[in-house]
Amino acid sequence: MSLLEIEKLCLNIGNVPILKDVDLTIEQGEVLGLVGESGSGKSMTSLAVMQLLPFSAQTRGRVTFDGVDILAAPEAAMNKLRGNEIGMVFQEPMTALNPVKTIGEQVAEGIRWHTSANRADAEDTARKILDRVGLPESQFPLSRFPHELSGGQRQRVVIAIACALKPKLLIADEPTTALDVVLQKQILELLRDLVDERKMGLLLISHDLAVVADMADRVTIMRHGEVMESGETARTLTEQKHPYTRQLAVASMHVPDRSGDAARAAPQTPLLEVDRVVRDYPGRRPSLFARPAPFRAVNDVSFSLREGQSMALVGRSGCGKSTLARMILALDRPTGGEIRLDGAPVSTLGEAELKPHRRKMQVVFQDPYGSFNPRHKVERLIAEPLHLLEKQPSATEKREMVAQALNEVGLKPADMEKYPHEFSGGQRQRISIARAIITKPKLIVADEPVSALDVSIRAQILDLFADLNGKLGVAYLFITHDLTVARAITDEVMVMHDGQIVESGKTGDVLDHPQSDAAKALVAAAPDLERALQRRLARHEASGTQEA
Amino acid sequence: MSTTTVIAEQAGWRGILRLAFRNRSFVIGFVITAVIAAMALISFVWTPYDITNLVVADRMKGLSAAHPFGTDHFGRDILSMIMIGARNSIAVAVVAVALGIGIGVPLGCWAAARGGWVDEMLMRFNDVVFAFPALLSAVMITAIFGPAAINAIIAIGIFNIPVFARVARAGALSLWPREYILAARAAGKGKAQITIEHILPNIASILLVQGTIQFAIGILAEAGLSYLGLGAQPPMPSWGRMLFDAQTRMMVAPHLAIFPGLAIVVTVLGLNLLGDGLRDVLDPKLRRER
Amino acid sequence: MTAFLAKRIGIGLITLIVASVVVFSVLEVLPGDPALLMLGMNATPEALASMREQMGLNAPLIVRYLNWVGGMAVGDFGRSFTYSSPVIDLIAERAVVSLPLAVISLILSTAIAIPVGIFAAARRGKVGDTVSMGVAQVGVAVPNFWFALLLIYVFAVWLRLVPAGGFSGWGGGIWSGVKSLMLPAIALALPQAAILARVTRSAMLEVLGEDYIRTARAKGMPRRYVLWRHALRNAMIPVLTIMGMQFAVLLAGTIIIENVFYLPGLGRLVFQAITQRDLIVVEGVVMLLVASVVVINLVVDVLYAVVDPRLRVR
Repeated sequence: MSLLEIEKLCLNIGNVPILKDVDLTIEQGEVLGLVGESGSGKSMTSLAVMQLLPFSAQTRGRVTFDGVDILAAPEAAMNKLRGNEIGMVFQEPMTALNPVKTIGEQVAEGIRWHTSANRADAEDTARKILDRVGLPESQFPLSRFPHELSGGQRQRVVIAIACALKPKLLIADEPTTALDVVLQKQILELLRDLVDERKMGLLLISHDLAVVADMADRVTIMRHGEVMESGETARTLTEQKHPYTRQLAVASMHVPDRSGDAARAAPQTPLLEVDRVVRDYPGRRPSLFARPAPFRAVNDVSFSLREGQSMALVGRSGCGKSTLARMILALDRPTGGEIRLDGAPVSTLGEAELKPHRRKMQVVFQDPYGSFNPRHKVERLIAEPLHLLEKQPSATEKREMVAQALNEVGLKPADMEKYPHEFSGGQRQRISIARAIITKPKLIVADEPVSALDVSIRAQILDLFADLNGKLGVAYLFITHDLTVARAITDEVMVMHDGQIVESGKTGDVLDHPQSDAAKALVAAAPDLERALQRRLARHEASGTQEA
Repeated sequence: MSTTTVIAEQAGWRGILRLAFRNRSFVIGFVITAVIAAMALISFVWTPYDITNLVVADRMKGLSAAHPFGTDHFGRDILSMIMIGARNSIAVAVVAVALGIGIGVPLGCWAAARGGWVDEMLMRFNDVVFAFPALLSAVMITAIFGPAAINAIIAIGIFNIPVFARVARAGALSLWPREYILAARAAGKGKAQITIEHILPNIASILLVQGTIQFAIGILAEAGLSYLGLGAQPPMPSWGRMLFDAQTRMMVAPHLAIFPGLAIVVTVLGLNLLGDGLRDVLDPKLRRER
Repeated sequence: MTAFLAKRIGIGLITLIVASVVVFSVLEVLPGDPALLMLGMNATPEALASMREQMGLNAPLIVRYLNWVGGMAVGDFGRSFTYSSPVIDLIAERAVVSLPLAVISLILSTAIAIPVGIFAAARRGKVGDTVSMGVAQVGVAVPNFWFALLLIYVFAVWLRLVPAGGFSGWGGGIWSGVKSLMLPAIALALPQAAILARVTRSAMLEVLGEDYIRTARAKGMPRRYVLWRHALRNAMIPVLTIMGMQFAVLLAGTIIIENVFYLPGLGRLVFQAITQRDLIVVEGVVMLLVASVVVINLVVDVLYAVVDPRLRVR
């Protein structure tokens, strides 16, 4: 009998069906990857196993864990299972811990509850497990509060809580999505080691095929609340029998056609010059009377970008890349150094003198939901940068320009009458791009423009960027932590670390043969579907020949 | 006081209204508020009795068909008094809220947009005003100008300024780092223009909710001040004053105290229900929980 | 922690200074000559002049302000001319009524509101929640002085359990004092309790929706345990804010309630001082009330730091 068996699980919230006939099994010591795009129902499946669903949810079907019928189990029996037999790790480490309790209390609490150990023994066990997840007591005593830890460290605490009592099953719901790639790799390795060590079953939920290919023995692929395909990881993902599996895999490895690359045709004139730029922020006062030491977010950065060129700025979260982007966009001023756009020193100009230069640079943000004023119609949203033109266009001219921009990004001119909430995430990102190109800028700064999108949408938006580069000759500066994006659509890449550019060069060269430690770490940590599958197949062959 | 900074992600006010009229609290509150407002308006053209006409023979009559709420110690019809008293309550509360919004919201938006010392000054100003509860300022204002209806308006209005400044500031601060504001800045728009085009429409909903709350608080405060004789002066009828007159006669005629008090409770209840309903509709975070 | 406290104390002091300037200038610009008020209309010009000299009214504004503030700092609030006694004595005499009244009300409203709020949040959507929150919804709308009148009618006029008003003093033992403060305290406390119960409930519900509550549940902790051990302390942060603000409202509320019950407290003192234009008393009492609001806010700030470790930075 399997450790966890889900048979024909159906779940409704109110009258809305969320899950339809979901089947899934996990054996003891096995890693199952549950893959799907947003809204596929993968998180709800895991919450159903834990019986932590919203109150209005109704379930049908069978969920059996270690012989226990979970859907029929009373609350008291579930309390015995949760934390003891089944542990769970969540997506958002910043909010997953109680801010007013120490990490020691939060780890020991479950131990005391389940084993009725006394405080000292429970704390002893807590110390051991915290040490095991990489938080040794010398640096991280039990008396630390969550706010004193970084995101990665907090996720380790959450893992410690989940694994403290050696559960038979660990559920990890997008455990690394909120972390940068280097931390992602560390956390995934920790999870894998714990699973091996303790013979736990692991239900790993992820939207990222590469992560799953690396970690899981078997995969289950979900879409719209239904299971599309299930099977052994390497075979399922290489054979791609199901069309949806194929679609996901293709989208994950998609590289846009960049034959129309504007940089090759354009003259070699520099468009953007960043010259020894520094940005300090006031730090926290160490004591009441001491002078606060400034925090240097960007440290002596210089580079230049030619017309029509696509450049990526990659780095871990907190490395200063977004601060740099804001200064380039003249939304923030450098403490030192100068930024020139088309020869004009935009970093020192006043807002009035900036106006003609702002027209030449526009921006696309990460969050397709936060990028628009929810109370304005699309026409007004896209037309906003027209404010920068010297001669204000008439109402009809404005509408024509908006219609043209919508055409360029693959939407219909009639869409201008709608409100942003009537569009999906991908469509919103198209609107965002339409807004950026309406003034015919020479430079678009895109801050993580696809990282909030599902893989299939992501591929389409990357195509659109590549297409517009060819058609309009616009140069891009992509700020991203995702090396696949950098590899897909840029000619050159800069690696930023602790406020400095530590490496730069042709995208292929840097990513294939990184020189600096920071770049090496990034490249090593970046999940890559193709390589993960090759590794997995190689392992199979090796074990196969041994057996033979 | 609401510190809600979640901004409704709704398109247009029409959709909000449609949702609102499906909300039970909102509908009940709306009906009560409309009835009270209608009562005050009707009193300008018609009341059951002329309250300037004192009929000593009818003094302190109980409830009857002729006087459904009875009469007071001058023989005046209490229903008529309550209808006219509603005018005073509403007028004081409306002006006090308008004062709070008119001064507080621009201050709060300015502080959020400007930051730095402007923001710091505003917060200190808030601390000072909050240290003077409305009743205390009313006491001081009365000490200066002598008792009058205008005192209540000024005292309650002054107290409303930091309330709205604080709500507007908190709402605006939560919006400024939003990407659409950054996009507007990248489109070269100044802080004033962004505040008008993007900030105000998106904090309007939380201001509206706060407005109904302050309106209700204003009615309560006005009643208290009139009760102490610091607000509306006789012969202008006011609910608080009616309760003061009722106190010494309560043993013989308890209805004198019942109906003006009920008028206050019902009005404040209606406004609070209206505010709760609006908040449910406008605050998507609460809505998701349902 | 020390930096946080130092900043809050600094802010409190600034608030007090600005408030004192406001009170002083507002009452200074008043028409009317205090010396004239003190001596009466028939005073000779010579007597007036010497009185003005004696009261320090001829000194420049800034000197008079500093004298006033300096005096208050050492407990000298000036002399009331209607009572012909030091203001500090009047205040001390009245504070033994107002302070217990405010404290009893605060304890009463907290003791009722917080359990009710937690109960309603725990049973959200069920009958207990609907009924208690319905009562609270009405309670918020009830003016405290009207509620006081109803209480007097029911308990004093009708049932004759307590006196309708007045204060027996503390001389007859604590119980008789508390007894005459009972109705006023209930009248003050219940409408405040209604507000606080609603705030507690919504704060609890907000916290119960947080991710860390799910983490605790995933640990196997039962719902009740999570409610008391995880949610409550986090929910206390907004509740403390409202309690701090309510203390100011309670203090001001004593002005009305003391008038309803004819209690010889600070509120009645200041109210009578206004009608008699005894400004030095008004100034003193107003400053005292403002100072207590400032002190309470400071206490709330300290409690924040006790509840929330994120504020205990160094």
